[in-house]
Amino acid sequence: MLFGASPARADDTGNPPKAELVLDVSGSMAAADIDGATRISVAKKAFGEVVDGLRETTQLGIRVLGAKYPNDDKKLGCTDTQQIVPVGPVDAQQAKDAIATLKPHGFTPIGLALRKAAEDLGEGGSARRIVLITDGEDTCTPPDPCEVARELAAQGTRLVIDTLGLTPDAKTRRQLVCISTATGGTYASASSEQELSGRVQQLVGRAALPPPVVPATVAGAGSCDKAPRLTPGVYGDREKIGEHRYYQVPMRRGQELRASVSVALDRPVDRDYGVLLKAVTDDGRELVRGLDAGSGRSDVESAGLRWTAADGNAVCLIVSNSFASATDAGAPGMPIELSVDTVAASHAPGAPGLGRGWLLLLVLTAAGLIAGILAGWLTRWWVATWREN
Amino acid sequence: MLTALAAVLLAVPAGSAGTTFLTATALAPGQPVQVAAVTGDYLYWSFTAAAGQQPELTAKVTLPRSADRSGPESWIVEVFDGLRRRQPCVAGDQSPVAAADATEVALGCKLRQVRSWAEPSDLDPLPGQYFVRLSSTELPEKDLGLPVQVELSLAAPTGDTGDDQGKLSAPLTQVNRPGAVVTDQPAPTASADPDDDSTFALPSFSSRWVWTASGGILAAVGGLVGFAWTRRRRRA
Repeated sequence: MLFGASPARADDTGNPPKAELVLDVSGSMAAADIDGATRISVAKKAFGEVVDGLRETTQLGIRVLGAKYPNDDKKLGCTDTQQIVPVGPVDAQQAKDAIATLKPHGFTPIGLALRKAAEDLGEGGSARRIVLITDGEDTCTPPDPCEVARELAAQGTRLVIDTLGLTPDAKTRRQLVCISTATGGTYASASSEQELSGRVQQLVGRAALPPPVVPATVAGAGSCDKAPRLTPGVYGDREKIGEHRYYQVPMRRGQELRASVSVALDRPVDRDYGVLLKAVTDDGRELVRGLDAGSGRSDVESAGLRWTAADGNAVCLIVSNSFASATDAGAPGMPIELSVDTVAASHAPGAPGLGRGWLLLLVLTAAGLIAGILAGWLTRWWVATWREN
Repeated sequence: MLTALAAVLLAVPAGSAGTTFLTATALAPGQPVQVAAVTGDYLYWSFTAAAGQQPELTAKVTLPRSADRSGPESWIVEVFDGLRRRQPCVAGDQSPVAAADATEVALGCKLRQVRSWAEPSDLDPLPGQYFVRLSSTELPEKDLGLPVQVELSLAAPTGDTGDDQGKLSAPLTQVNRPGAVVTDQPAPTASADPDDDSTFALPSFSSRWVWTASGGILAAVGGLVGFAWTRRRRRA
């Protein structure tokens, strides 16, 4: 390589992925409506099972909210969140003891707890996952926990929040769906201990699997000449609705460019939408485009393209979208994942040297027959002239 | 009784699914996967296909109890190639709608036959990686997050193409390394010679060899027959 790579490169997968469980221990968790048991006792049991089933390498922490402050002062109640198990390899007995002492009372400061959980997980470039388990909506808005989630997701490093509602009502469900959508996580509801522990185990298992690649953060420009020059690899960026983002890819003659882009739907969007990925020359002439449109629920919308370079000029990639959303226009853009690759060009095949089909057999047989008849006539004529002489 | 139960439990193929393109779980032909999920999840798998194959997916989703559901759900199985380009299904029930009282919904998608080469601007299926996404596209908001059981299997019967229609220099696969931005001005690009393709190579074996060779034999027989027709018949 003749040119140097910038330090903007993301940390590679040397860091193990980290996860934190955030458990709501607010007053409502004392309700005894899951097969006759209280919500908190079910959650405790489920946590016990999860902790027992952990692999030794899993880096897990546990944070609670609404666990300490028993009185009615909202200002104090809304700061009530503690980390009871620090992020790291889990000591099962110690974790279970910490969970066993929890008593439900207090407020539900979900926004604050998420912010603190993100701090607990730290930066460090590894994949980070929060599993939020709650039975009721946030009682400490503002800040709106969904806004907090969007803000955390926009802070560069990858943070995914999975949410789990314990017999949730409509408002809680909407809030949890909003939080998980904003960060590319999942939402599930649980109405039995089995469902809860099964789902938490599944989520923790996912969190413990390191992703194959952590995309490098890049910022696309508003025009081709200012665009960052990308080498093959995966990149993460954000794009506002209606925005065009430009990236440059240096090419050599005889190379094929392969690019794909996925735009994540991290907010409620209008019913129909589309994504366009265009490759243009540096003076704006279009070379090829990849596009896809969709409607209804979706997590990402993707498009891809291939293009073969005839000369050594750089190619500009333009990522644009046609989403529409009622979400505040000042909000951070939608997450995009761009992957770029260059491979040797594939040559167009020539005409095939061999044939196939009944017509081919018919033509060959007819040609043989005609050749045989001609050869026979020729032989007869030649024999006749030879005899006469 | 216990052994029967154990046999049933062991026979259930365990499996997992990814949640994004990057974390898609590998799927192999003839090895069905079974995954516990919830409505609203987006489940991702990936598989590789070679030229001549015609992959076919079949999925079954066991829906939540209809007492917990409030309306019909639309499900969809989508297939994308290694560049995340949508691939159409030529057969199979790709996007069925499950009625509010249905207990399960069956999905299927058969792709076109994978070609060995296509123009860069074409969307033909090419050798390489494919992604499967299974999700529910439309459902009542209050039915989100309910448990479902998903079964997915892949069959990839191989047809006949071979490389005789051109060859892709590298299969379409997902890039698996973080990118790096180059900051310096580009070094003058040494105009690399495009690969010299003048070397002669026989096309690999395919049915075309059989057809062409049979045609040659038939032509030879035809020649003999034609020659024989022109002989004067001997008087008996």
